[in-house]
Amino acid sequence: MDRILFGDNQFFGVNHVSDQKSRAQLIQFKNDEAIIHVLDIALDAGVETFMCTTYARIGNICKFIKANPAKYKNYKIYPCMPYAHKYANAVTELGMMGALKSYMPGNIFTTALKGGLAFLSKDYEKMMELMIDAEMKMFEGVNTPVIFLQNVVTDLLLGLRAYKLLYAFSAYVQKKYGAEAGFITMNLPLLHKVLLAGGISNPIICTSFNKEGFRMSGGTKAYEAVAAQNSARIIAMQIFGGGFIAPHEAIAYVNSVPGIHSILFGASSAANIKQTVGLIHQ
Amino acid sequence: MRKVKLAVIGLGKMGLSHLSIAGAHPNVEIVGAVDTATMVTDFLQKFSDIPCFNDTKKMLEQVTPDAVIIAVPTKYHAPLIQDFLERKIHVFAEKPFTLNVADATKLTALAVSNHLVNQVGYHNQFLGTFKELKRLLQLGAIGKLQHFTAEAYGPVITKPQPTTWRSNAAEGGGCLYDYASHVLDLVNNCIAPVTNVSGAILKNIYSDTVEDAVYGLLGLSTGLTGLLSVNWSDTTYRKMSTQLTLSGSNGKIICDATELKLFLQNTVAGESYTAGWNIISVGALQEPVGFYLRGEEYSAQIDYFIDAVLGKVPNNINTFAAATLTDQAIEFIKNAAK
Repeated sequence: MDRILFGDNQFFGVNHVSDQKSRAQLIQFKNDEAIIHVLDIALDAGVETFMCTTYARIGNICKFIKANPAKYKNYKIYPCMPYAHKYANAVTELGMMGALKSYMPGNIFTTALKGGLAFLSKDYEKMMELMIDAEMKMFEGVNTPVIFLQNVVTDLLLGLRAYKLLYAFSAYVQKKYGAEAGFITMNLPLLHKVLLAGGISNPIICTSFNKEGFRMSGGTKAYEAVAAQNSARIIAMQIFGGGFIAPHEAIAYVNSVPGIHSILFGASSAANIKQTVGLIHQ
Repeated sequence: MRKVKLAVIGLGKMGLSHLSIAGAHPNVEIVGAVDTATMVTDFLQKFSDIPCFNDTKKMLEQVTPDAVIIAVPTKYHAPLIQDFLERKIHVFAEKPFTLNVADATKLTALAVSNHLVNQVGYHNQFLGTFKELKRLLQLGAIGKLQHFTAEAYGPVITKPQPTTWRSNAAEGGGCLYDYASHVLDLVNNCIAPVTNVSGAILKNIYSDTVEDAVYGLLGLSTGLTGLLSVNWSDTTYRKMSTQLTLSGSNGKIICDATELKLFLQNTVAGESYTAGWNIISVGALQEPVGFYLRGEEYSAQIDYFIDAVLGKVPNNINTFAAATLTDQAIEFIKNAAK
C-alpha cells in the first residue's frame, strides 16, 4: 500500500464542513474529463492509488483507465462500497424489504434465481456476496488490490455486534477477487479490537485521524495508542479535520504519529495537490 | 455505573441505527430488539448476540426494560407509547411524535405524571451549528428579528412510487411528516413556537397520495413571521439539507448542519465574533461522541436519553412537550392547506 492515497469526495460534492463548497465542487466536476484531469495531476505528483466510492460515474473513469493501459500501468483503484445514500434513500422510499429486493441483481423472482433464492431463504452471506459482485462489475479489468467496506456499514455492524459479517466480507473479497479487505470506520479502537479478535491479522483500517480529534470516537490518545501497537495498517483520513486545521499543522501531526501507514486526501486544484504531497514527503 | 436495560421497537432504517448506537454504548444493556419482519430479526439472531422478538407483548413477558426506543411507523406510536408509559418505562420515540395533537397532549401529561424520561428524535437539536444558532438568538446577537426562512431539500422521492406506509398520510407518510417536521421543530426550538399558519401549499410532484413539497407562511408566538419551503423531491441535493436564515436589525445568520455564517453590523459584548461575516464550521462547534455511526447528532441524542434515564442530565431537550408543539405546527399547516 502506497504512503499517499487519493480520495474522491471532492468529485462528488461530499463536503463535511460546507454545503456551499459541496455545490461548487459538483459544478466543477460535472464532466468526467474534469475528474480525470485532476487524477492525472495527482498521478504526475506520484500518487498512483485512487480510493473511491462505488458511484455509477466511477464506471466511466474505469473505462478510461482501461483504454489507456500504458499511462495507468501501475495505477490502483481501491473501491469503497456500498454508496450508502443510494441505499438509505431506497429504504425510505421502498421500505427495508423493497430496498433489498431492488438492489438484488436482476429481477428477484425471475431472472436472478440465485439472488431470489438467497433472499427467500434468508441466506445473508449470499446476499452480501451478490451485492459485492454487483458493485464490483464496473471495476472488471482494473487493478483493485484492496476493497473497502464503507464506514456507515462497518460501524452499523460494529454497533449491532454482527462481527461475523465483517469477517465474512474479508473472506469473500479475498476468495473471489484475490483482494485484501479494508474497513473504513469512525471507531478505530473498537474496530481494531474486533478485527484482531476475529483472526484478521494486520487489518487495513481507514479512519479519521487528525490533530483536533475530529470524528475520532474515543479521542486522539486512544487512537494514538492503537497506532502504537503496530498491529494494523492504518490509513489516516480527514487529516484536515474537515478543513479547519491548517495544512502544515495537519500533516506534521499525522507524519509524527508512528503506526500511520498511509494518508488519504482529496483536492480539486493542482496547487493543493502539489502542496499536500510535498508536505507529506517532507 | 448502572447499565440501562434498553429495548428497541421497530427495526427499520432508524430503529437499526438506534440499535447500533445503543449497542455500542458502555452504559446500555440491550434486552430486546423487536420487529414483525423476520428478515431483520433472523439476521440479528444469526450474526449478533442481541435478543430478538417479533412481538412486543412476547418481549415484555420475558424481560422488563428500564427504557425503550420506539421506531415503528408513526400511526402505531400513540398506543405503544401509552402502554410503555403505563408500565413506568422511559420512552424515546422517533419523530414525528404522533399524528394528532390530542394524543400528543395526553401522552405528555402521562409521561410527566409518571416522572418518566421522554424524548423525541429531532436530532438536529444536537448539532453544534444549530445549538450555536439558538445561543446567538437568545443573546440577541443579530438584534431585533425581522424575518426568517426555514428550508429543507433532499432526494427522497425522485420518481413515481410503489405504495408503502410512507405513501399514506394517515400513517404518517409524506414530506410534511417526514421532512418538514424537522424544520418546524427547529423553528419552534431555536426561534419561537409556531402559533399560526396564514397560508400553506402541499404539492404533489411524484407521489399520488401524499405531498412531496410543503410551502407556508408561519407566524410565531413572538409575532415574528417567516417562510417555510421544504421539498423532498429535489435531485440537486445528495442528502437532506436543512437551513435556517434569520435577518435582524444587527445582522444575519445562515445556518445549516455543516456551517454557521454570521454577519454582524456591530460586535456583541462578550463575544469573539467580529463585525462583518464570520464563518464557523461544525468541526469547531461539535462535541465528540463515544461511538459514531452517521453524524454526531444521532449518537448525541441517544447518549442524552441514556444519561437522562441515569439522572445525569435534566431531560429538557426534545421532550414530548416540545414535540407536541411541532405536531401542533403540522396540524396548522394541514388546516391552512385545506
